[in-house]
Amino acid sequence: MAAIEPMEQFMVQRIMPPLPVRIPGVGVIDMSITNSVLFMLIAAGLISAFFLVSAKRALVPGRMQALAEMLYGMVDGALTGGIIGERGRPFLPFVFTLFLLIATLDIIGLAPGGFTVTSQLAVTAALAVMTFVTVLAVGFARNGLGFFKLFWPSGVHWGMGLFLMLIELISFSVRPLTLAMRLFGNMLGGHVVTYMFASFVIGLGLFGLQGGLASLGFIGSAVSFLMIVALTALELVVAFLQAFVFAALTCVYLNEVVNLDHGH
Amino acid sequence: MDVTAAKYLGAGLAMTGLIGAGAGLGILFGNYLQAAIRNPSAAAGERVWLFLGMALAESMGIFGFVMGFIILFVKV
Repeated sequence: MAAIEPMEQFMVQRIMPPLPVRIPGVGVIDMSITNSVLFMLIAAGLISAFFLVSAKRALVPGRMQALAEMLYGMVDGALTGGIIGERGRPFLPFVFTLFLLIATLDIIGLAPGGFTVTSQLAVTAALAVMTFVTVLAVGFARNGLGFFKLFWPSGVHWGMGLFLMLIELISFSVRPLTLAMRLFGNMLGGHVVTYMFASFVIGLGLFGLQGGLASLGFIGSAVSFLMIVALTALELVVAFLQAFVFAALTCVYLNEVVNLDHGH
Repeated sequence: MDVTAAKYLGAGLAMTGLIGAGAGLGILFGNYLQAAIRNPSAAAGERVWLFLGMALAESMGIFGFVMGFIILFVKV
């Protein structure tokens, strides 16, 4: 029986020979296509194809167009419109792209033999840092140094205010960390749990083959198999929900800096 | 104590963080349902905040889980 290696599925492997590229000032970087890059390309292709098919601008939408309109309406209505408000319109492309990319990467990673790109901390950290930098840039561009009012609690004694400002500052700076860890942990956890149940199916099934009392192992095997089906359904929900949550938190963070002067 | 044994114990202890996440999610969804049943017309508008609260409550459990994985699998 093969060893149970739950972390093996998250290994980034080259699928073509190494391709060293020299970048001036940085050094030599291996730019070869790995399975991670391949699945990102697949996701990008799928999203592009989806919009090529759905953007027909038919008066009576077909299935694909209805789906695209529903997703767009959800991000526009509930996320940028609902959380940021009228000033959220300019951020719709950013939030919508984040949402679609994460949802697609999560869902194609669920396919058997697929690689979940969002289970790589490097990828989720890059997305989170991108969000964080956007929030900082928008905050300083819109409010100038008034950005620091974000950390100042109103209506408290200044001594207490300094203390609270420290706490606010810390909670602001760990946001990219929490954003990255949440997506990473959810994806990693779901896939490891599914893998463990899959290993139970084979392990208990082989144990049951011994006959006698050991054939009770078949029951455990069957139950584990049903658990895999249920977990995969749950993972589909989680894949969508985590993309939604990432986009929604991006909106919440943007809302604080966009509507800083306005007491929204 | 053997280092491997300590690692497994530590990973198991890190999982206790999930107790809080479970309790938090229970309180969150329970209260949402209670409010939604009392005033169904307001329920749809608060669903975004429900999922946001879910993500925030769950993240503490996820951190514990990631800690467990770091203890088990990261080679120092």
